[in-house]
Amino acid sequence: MASVCFMITMALYLAATVSFLVYLLRRSDALSNISLGITAVGFLFHTVALAAKAAVSSSSSHPSFFEALSFFSWMIILVFLLVEFRHRIPVLGSFMVPLALMSLVSAAALPETVPTLKPVFKTLWIHVALSMLGAVGFTVGFVAGVMYLIQERLLKSKRFNVLYSKLPALDFLDHLNQQSIVLGFPLLTLGIVTGAISAEFSRGSYMTWNPEQTGAVVTWLFYFVVLLGRLTVGWRAKRAAYLTVVGFACVILTLVGVVLKGHGDVS
Amino acid sequence: MYRNMHVIVVGLSHKTAPIEIREKLAVPESRLGEALGRLCSYEGVREGMLLSTCNRVEVYSVVEDVEVGHERIQEFLADTNLSLSSEQLTPHLYWYTGDRAIAHLFRVAASLDSMVVGESQILGQLKDAFRVALAHKTTGVIMNKIVKKAISVAKRVRTETKIAETAVSVSYAAVELAKKIFSNLDEKTVMLVGAGEMAKLAARHLIAQGVRQVRITTRTPKHAIDLADKFGGTPVPFDHFKDEMAAADIVLVSTGASHYLVGAEDVQRAVDKRGNRPMFLIDISVPRNIDPAVRHVDNAFLFDIDDLTHRVQQNREERLQEAEKAERMIVEEVAVAVEWMKSLEVTPTIIALRNRVDEIRRMEVERVLGRLSHLSPQDRELVEGLASAIVNKLIHRTLVTLKAEVNSSNGLAFVEAARRFFDLDRPSPSDLSEADRSRYLAGRSHASDREESESVAHKQVR
Repeated sequence: MASVCFMITMALYLAATVSFLVYLLRRSDALSNISLGITAVGFLFHTVALAAKAAVSSSSSHPSFFEALSFFSWMIILVFLLVEFRHRIPVLGSFMVPLALMSLVSAAALPETVPTLKPVFKTLWIHVALSMLGAVGFTVGFVAGVMYLIQERLLKSKRFNVLYSKLPALDFLDHLNQQSIVLGFPLLTLGIVTGAISAEFSRGSYMTWNPEQTGAVVTWLFYFVVLLGRLTVGWRAKRAAYLTVVGFACVILTLVGVVLKGHGDVS
Repeated sequence: MYRNMHVIVVGLSHKTAPIEIREKLAVPESRLGEALGRLCSYEGVREGMLLSTCNRVEVYSVVEDVEVGHERIQEFLADTNLSLSSEQLTPHLYWYTGDRAIAHLFRVAASLDSMVVGESQILGQLKDAFRVALAHKTTGVIMNKIVKKAISVAKRVRTETKIAETAVSVSYAAVELAKKIFSNLDEKTVMLVGAGEMAKLAARHLIAQGVRQVRITTRTPKHAIDLADKFGGTPVPFDHFKDEMAAADIVLVSTGASHYLVGAEDVQRAVDKRGNRPMFLIDISVPRNIDPAVRHVDNAFLFDIDDLTHRVQQNREERLQEAEKAERMIVEEVAVAVEWMKSLEVTPTIIALRNRVDEIRRMEVERVLGRLSHLSPQDRELVEGLASAIVNKLIHRTLVTLKAEVNSSNGLAFVEAARRFFDLDRPSPSDLSEADRSRYLAGRSHASDREESESVAHKQVR
């Protein structure tokens, strides 16, 4: 049941991605509703798949890397649908749906054996969920940043093309960027704290400076500085956009760290 | 046979006549009533409407004979301004009849024939012209329907295409750009430096879009104070407007100065002071008043008059593409209108009416006779005769009236009424599928008879 739903979800996200990309390049807005519809249906299947999976696995079992990434992509679509519902900017889908698809595909591509985290403590679930939610926040910030940089470039070079007409206003993108980091940062903080606690229980040490932990701490520090810069010395607009793009690279590296750790020391 | 009615348009527009001719022919609103009265007093002119704007003067009319009507309306136009001879006027006139006249009206209403395609004024002007014609009772069944249709077609074009979505004036292009930098103009501040006409117009557009804070500076302090009054803004001394620039999200510059008033370092300072919040600068002055080097300042977006003009040019091209979509819509809508015109002819109406009542009579008789199977053939004939007699008596007056009123001034109203009373524009029961037919029968018989009539319908199927 769950795996069939996952397959359908993936197919629908793929269709939505194609549709959203075509929408991006064409002057007509006709495709936006179709793309949105496909995404929404895909999201429903995704929800069913996740629920079915959750019902099967008992609470004592541990979250697999696949489930974590699947949850991550589910959250991205959820956030996209919420923002779209509130602000009506379908072009966001042209950026976020492909990301969700990529994360789902890479989850499916990973060997099943990778993610066996130690099933020691229930906090592991909370740790994974919180960290993933933080990552979703940074992903939205990244998307807003990329869109900002594109729109900024188009305005500066006075190229009023299709993309220009579809992308939203600069200050909206900057605001979205700020909001997503403001939300993502505390979630990541809690994710790291719960991770450290569960590490203490499983390995007897809060920090072992493995790739995952190192990545997480670097990411945390980076966003801490970004937030601080915005609040104090006006690191907003273009600079904030650049910084969130760099920050997202940290997030990706951390996730790679998680995979590496899964391969290496399953202590 | 009812004489056919023809829709005709005769007129001239910016496409066929220079302003010298148009301004002479234009009819001021105060004289529209008199002109309409004169138009409809011509023999053979049944209905009339006069659309007179600065870009076009057109007479829309319903006439009995196309050639005669065309000549009469030309006469009417030549008489409208006595200083214009018909030799001067005629070369500029165009005329269309029938579906082409209707298509022309639809295109005009949808602003496809306008100088600036997609502009919205023409629809209001058409509504006004129609209102005046209604007030003077110079329109009838045909014009009323066609003009109302034109108005709804124009609205459809407006909502279903992007023909009116983009800015086609330089001042409005500035607003459009502002909206790509600031999503919400309500809390933004605009600073007006100098009082060029275009800048004032742009400021007016921005205020209409929600900008509430307006700061104004001009070299002559008095001028700034006057303008501030006009815009509900605050005057700023010209000497230190650069220091105040940081408070402005949008800076509109248009002075007569022959050098750069604002340099890149001024803008950089303002942006720094604003904590890198974006700034939108528009330089509508020629020669330019803002140093083009501002382009290199991050988070400052400078556009000069050429950029805005370029944007407008691009938008115009886009509008023309959208206009093609609109043209296709109009072809559809004209077909519908022409179909309706055809339905207004008397002979087809009489035939349709006869068919409709015969159909009903036949079905009802069949239904009743199905239940009265014990009747002798003579009795059956009697029942059939009864039904025919009732039906014929009932529609007799209608048919006589329709024929009698054919040539009266409100003959069309009778045709239209007959079509509505007898529901002649819906398919007759014999055109329906069997399933529809049984539903039709069930719907119009008494509830207690329903099963009965359905079984009749089933018998008919067999």
